[in-house]
Amino acid sequence: MKPARVLIVDDSSVMRKIVGRSLRQAGLEILDILEASNGTEALSIARENSLDLILSDINMPLMDGLEFVRQLRSIEAAQQVPIIMITTEAGEAHVVQALSLGASGYIRKPFTPEQIKELVIPLLRG
Amino acid sequence: MDQKLKDEAARVRIHLSARAAAPSARPVGKASDAAQTKTRDGYRDELAKAVCEVFEIMVGTSLAAATEESPAFVSDCAAIVGIAGSLCGLVGLHTSFECARRMAAKMLGSDEVGAGADVQDALGEVCNMIAGSFKGRIAGLADGCALSVPTVIIGRDFALFSLAHGEHYEVGYTFEGNPFSVTLDFHS
Repeated sequence: MKPARVLIVDDSSVMRKIVGRSLRQAGLEILDILEASNGTEALSIARENSLDLILSDINMPLMDGLEFVRQLRSIEAAQQVPIIMITTEAGEAHVVQALSLGASGYIRKPFTPEQIKELVIPLLRG
Repeated sequence: MDQKLKDEAARVRIHLSARAAAPSARPVGKASDAAQTKTRDGYRDELAKAVCEVFEIMVGTSLAAATEESPAFVSDCAAIVGIAGSLCGLVGLHTSFECARRMAAKMLGSDEVGAGADVQDALGEVCNMIAGSFKGRIAGLADGCALSVPTVIIGRDFALFSLAHGEHYEVGYTFEGNPFSVTLDFHS
C-alpha cells in the first residue's frame, strides 16, 4: 500500500485526534492527515486535494456527514474515494442511508483501533 | 366479563410475566442484547452499561460504581445531549472540572491538556457517545430518535429545569478517584 492521504471530518477536535491516532496504531502508512470540522470544510478540502480515504462523523453543524457524502460523490475526482462513517448514530436507517449515498463502511462510536483497521485496510488495498 | 375473556386475559398476563422474568443469556455490553430491553425497568441498567462501555473503549478505564464512601463532589462541569423522537429527553454527564480534565487527558493519551477547549470537547464527546450507546441499546430508539450536538456548561452556579413530570435516572461512578454522575431525564 502506498502512504495514504486521509481526511478526518468531525466537529470534535478530540475525536479527530483519536481517529488519527487509531489509524497510526492500525499500522497504516500515513502520508498526511487533513482535518475538517464539518461537511462544508471537508468538501473544500476534497476539491483541492487528492485523497485516499475519508472518515466522517454524521452529526455536525453547517453540513452533516450524510449531505457531505452526497455532495462529495458528485465531484468526479472524489467518486472513488472510500468513505467510512464514524458516528454515534448507529440505527439501521442511518446505516442504510449512508451506504446508499455512497459511504463505503460504517463504524459506531465508541470504537476500537482494531475496528478501524479491519475496515480501512481492505478499502485502501482496493 | 365472560369466562372466555377472563381465561384469555389470564393467559396473556402469564405470557407477559414469563417474558419479563426470562433471564438474558446474552453477554453484557453488546448493543444487540441491549436491544432486547423493551420496558423502562431496564433503562437504568442500559444507561449504566452504556457508560461503562464508553469509558472502557474510549477512555481506557474500567469504572468503579460510586458508593456511600465515595467522596462528595461539586459539579462544576456538565455536558448535555438532547434526545428527540419516540423518546424525548436529555442525557447529562456531571462532574468536577478536574475530573473532566483527567478524562480528556486519558482519552488523548497526554497529560498536556489545558483548561480549555479540549476538556469541554472531550466531555461533550463522552456524553454524546453515552447517549448514542444508550439509545442503541433500547429497542426502537436507534432509528426512532435523533441526538443533538453536545452542550457543555462550565461553572457551578446554574440550575437545569427540564421535563416536568418526566422520568429521571442517575448512575454514579468514580474515575481515578473522582466521582461523576450520568443522568437520563425523559418523556416518551
